[in-house]
Amino acid sequence: MTTTLTVLRGYGEPVEGEALVMREGFSPRYDLDRLTGVISRIGHSAEGLSIKDRILVIPTVKGGVAGGWAFLDLLHKGIAPKALVFGKLNPVMVQGAVLAKIPITEGWSTNALDQFSNRDVIRVDPQARTIALVRKAVVTHGKH
Amino acid sequence: MNTGTMELTADEQAMLRGERGRALQDAIQFQIEVGSFFEAERFVPVTNVHVMGDIEVMGDAGLGILREYSDEHVHCAVPTSTNAQCMHFADIDDVKQDAGEEKKEREVLKHYRQMRIAPTDTCINYQTVYQPKLGEHVAWGDTGTVIYANSVFGARTNFEAGKANVAAALTGRTPAYGFHLDAVRKGTIAVDLKAKMRDLADWGALGKIVGHPNQDYFAVPVFRGVGDMPPSDALKHLGTSLASYGSMAMFHMVGVTPEAQTSDTAFGGSEPRNTMTVTDADLDAVYRSYRYVDGRNNVVVFSGPQLSLFEIQRLAELFDGRSVAPGMRAFITTNYAIHSDAKRLGYVDTLEAAGVTFLKGVCFYILQGLSRIREENGWVNLISNSGKLVNTITAHRFNTVLRRTEQCVEIACTGTLK
Repeated sequence: MTTTLTVLRGYGEPVEGEALVMREGFSPRYDLDRLTGVISRIGHSAEGLSIKDRILVIPTVKGGVAGGWAFLDLLHKGIAPKALVFGKLNPVMVQGAVLAKIPITEGWSTNALDQFSNRDVIRVDPQARTIALVRKAVVTHGKH
Repeated sequence: MNTGTMELTADEQAMLRGERGRALQDAIQFQIEVGSFFEAERFVPVTNVHVMGDIEVMGDAGLGILREYSDEHVHCAVPTSTNAQCMHFADIDDVKQDAGEEKKEREVLKHYRQMRIAPTDTCINYQTVYQPKLGEHVAWGDTGTVIYANSVFGARTNFEAGKANVAAALTGRTPAYGFHLDAVRKGTIAVDLKAKMRDLADWGALGKIVGHPNQDYFAVPVFRGVGDMPPSDALKHLGTSLASYGSMAMFHMVGVTPEAQTSDTAFGGSEPRNTMTVTDADLDAVYRSYRYVDGRNNVVVFSGPQLSLFEIQRLAELFDGRSVAPGMRAFITTNYAIHSDAKRLGYVDTLEAAGVTFLKGVCFYILQGLSRIREENGWVNLISNSGKLVNTITAHRFNTVLRRTEQCVEIACTGTLK
């Protein structure tokens, strides 16, 4: 596999993991059950899925200042995502990611939603400013 | 010393070397890491900080940070207030909160006081606590407060969340990126307002119409064609909704806001990247887009943001002599200062006589234990005149419906969902 995106900017150490691809904006306050780490907003594209240990691929943000504390809280509870890969973000997400030391990037050279699917293993390198596909997900039936 | 992309003053270098104590060293290190992400070149001094943080969102880990700072006996460098909190500290049968978390929240508030942060517990600090001037740099930590500061006052702040606003309070400065810079404050989207704005809910609906399809922190809508001068509460509902749906931190309103004397001034010589027109039909479509679901118990909430004195006055007039219907609950959230005045003026008594419950120092959607409270009460539909609230509370799996203020009161008093 050779799919590699470049990003505009990033923070944190390189990390590899399974993607959770969202089709709309994300806010820990609006969309997430922060006791379980499961997306709880009715109708969200990832409703019912856990963010734990996943690399979240998110096109935009909505709201909200909760992320400034929430990612550290999720880390403390053992249900934090492994990295955040945003198309567009706001400072809250950066402030929250830096506090929790979760890698975060912004900006895509091509649309990541077209390149990656749920459960694809991807590698995020914030310093090299790249997102690379490591291997495609094994297709199974049911929720990812 | 790693200063990232930032050039530091001698004072800032001393902080970073730890010469002002471990807490300030930790705070400025964090600020440099965030500032460097956005390629900030320097810090800018701030005159005021608004801290967002309660036990519901910061958890034990966040409390630990406050505890460390507080134990070092550090004080804020500038006047600092707190945002709405998660605990109402009152004995309300159907809004029971967890005793263990309440104890922790009291510790949060204790640490704030020790750090010389004033626990105002309000998300409308701009109406009741501090009004920065044109060009004044502040560091505010609630999206509604930020967009009001940038837009209506012409002050300068980014969304400052979590440790970022506590750090700004301690160091008295923040990295100069985003809305601290002239270039970012130019309008990017033209919005021609053709709709007649009849209610605060209309302003929230307008924020949804503009914010939802344009989710971008750095997008700055410019509203043109606004008729009557909108009052503070209208701009409050518009701003909180734009920030909620669009994650936006600033808007201009030609002839109304200070950096938009003309449309050309608002766009700063640039062309808008797109133009929208909003009509009465667009507002009506927003209201029609909500659907009720079957539910015996429902709730009408006036919150998100906390209500001003004039909003409470109007609700007192609308509820006067009426009663909240069986199967319905009605809540108002406001801060302690407004509640005190509303009590003195008789508004609280009128509303409580009608069966409306006040929650002080909180905002409804950030209540600790809200999902459990919803389940315990069997609440299904949540009706509000706040465009923000019907968006922010959805993680708790309410079915939310936006309605105009008078309709909300009618629904609360009749139980008829319409």
